[in-house]
Amino acid sequence: MKQELFEQNNRGHWQQFESKLDSLESRKRSGKAPQVSGFAEQYRQVCHHLALAQERQYSPHLIDRLNQLALRGHQQLYKSHTNILYNMVYFILVGFPAAVRREIAFVGIASTLFFGSLLLTAVLTYYNPSLVYSIYPEESVMDFTEMYNPASKARMEETRTAADDFTMFSFYIKNNIGIGFQTFASGFLLGAGAIFNLLFNGIAIGAVTGYLTELGYTETFFPFVVGHGAFELTGIAIAGAAGLKLGYGLLCPGRLSRKQSLIRSAREAMPLVYGVFFMLLVAAFVEAFWSSSSYLSITAKYTAGASFWLLVLSYFALGARRGSE
Amino acid sequence: MLDTYRKLETPENIDLDIHIAGPLVRILAFTIDSLIRMGVQIGLLIALAFLGKVGMALWLILTFVLEWFYPVLFEVLNQGQTPGKKAMAIAVVNDDSTPIGWSASIVRNFLRIVDFLPMGYVTGLVSMILNKDFKRVGDLAAGTVVIYREKSKAAPKWPASTSSPPPIALNLKQQRAMLSFVERQNSLTKERQQELANHLQPVFQQQNQEAVNHIVRVATWLRGGQ
Repeated sequence: MKQELFEQNNRGHWQQFESKLDSLESRKRSGKAPQVSGFAEQYRQVCHHLALAQERQYSPHLIDRLNQLALRGHQQLYKSHTNILYNMVYFILVGFPAAVRREIAFVGIASTLFFGSLLLTAVLTYYNPSLVYSIYPEESVMDFTEMYNPASKARMEETRTAADDFTMFSFYIKNNIGIGFQTFASGFLLGAGAIFNLLFNGIAIGAVTGYLTELGYTETFFPFVVGHGAFELTGIAIAGAAGLKLGYGLLCPGRLSRKQSLIRSAREAMPLVYGVFFMLLVAAFVEAFWSSSSYLSITAKYTAGASFWLLVLSYFALGARRGSE
Repeated sequence: MLDTYRKLETPENIDLDIHIAGPLVRILAFTIDSLIRMGVQIGLLIALAFLGKVGMALWLILTFVLEWFYPVLFEVLNQGQTPGKKAMAIAVVNDDSTPIGWSASIVRNFLRIVDFLPMGYVTGLVSMILNKDFKRVGDLAAGTVVIYREKSKAAPKWPASTSSPPPIALNLKQQRAMLSFVERQNSLTKERQQELANHLQPVFQQQNQEAVNHIVRVATWLRGGQ
């Protein structure tokens, strides 16, 4: 068949398909449901025409046009459709705890590195407080000593407003979640970045803890950190686990090609990253609006803090048990 | 091979042509995106400064979102195109050319901090140059690729001409060359057209403008015109 006749016979067909593609691609903006009946059939027809045009060596413009139509059709037909809200609820109830248990080896290693370095530094600094100066510059030591000094803290809390709470909330979001994401991504460097971030944060937090405990500021420091610590510290440990997983996929591909192994471990680490985002968001909220509150008694903060830890641990240990079987 | 076209075999058993985007056009797209992002951040800073402390807090949250999710949101919700990519007519898709999802987009954009190392996206650039699909580290980990998404070109105007059969039998490749010549005719100067047409003098026995006209007649015949 000559090209002109071929074009004449099918032009209407292609235009119809093209307008259907247009409406599918702009669905988000127009907001109305597109007419999709017969889409798959038309798509197969266009694929068939493309194959014919290629085989018969019709002119390049026609082949390009059909190629483009088929490519756009391919993308519309094979795109994944998801319901975000349902996915989010399902993820929090089932997906995240299941993912943490599936990657328990990485979570274990990351937790050991993070909490281990934290405790070790805390104990060392407690018995040798001058150690804090090898970790922090002098001004920061003075800053946080002042912040948790029981005498000055009461004064600061009186002047603290709701706007300040919100400012701190935004600061925690930008800073902490950023650290969580970095810990994951830098795990690509064969895990080294994740390990560095875990140890760095563990040592930094441990030094403050040990130093302030030695000074006897326990009544201001621990009630403040115990609440959000449940979400924040576990969040950072899980971010490290996700980073380690990524690095491990690159380092030890097993029977896959290195590239395939990398893609797979990245995909499997993603639930942990979503979870880190969720945990650190909760942590920022608790830290800004609960931990800092001056109206709550120390007992109330300890009780709530303990139940937060219990909640988080039992969430990971018991959450979605039935779903995973 | 230095070719940037890839064949993608679909489940329908046809080969689609994919045109991979190279480092230069991607750097340009990235520059546009960076400028937009910077502009928005400064604009927000000025607008929110009037709200005092709360405004600054909002600004911090919004810069966090811009910093980490600007490319992710656009890529997932806008057919794989950030504004910069749209301006350069490129788009990011999965390796099998299906639209990119949340996980893949987050992986490829979060790993920018690896691509950035040690400074100014050197790792990403080296990775793109070493890789036949111009993938940076984030693309490798996410299984994505950046391709051209050309707007459909207007059909070339076919010149009005009588038709005549070719003097000898032409094989498919030669026929296609004839058709392609006529479609590209308007983008070539007269002199270049004649220069190209003169290569066929041994076959058509004609020169210069006459040769060009003759090719148009033969192509019109091949295409099916009377």
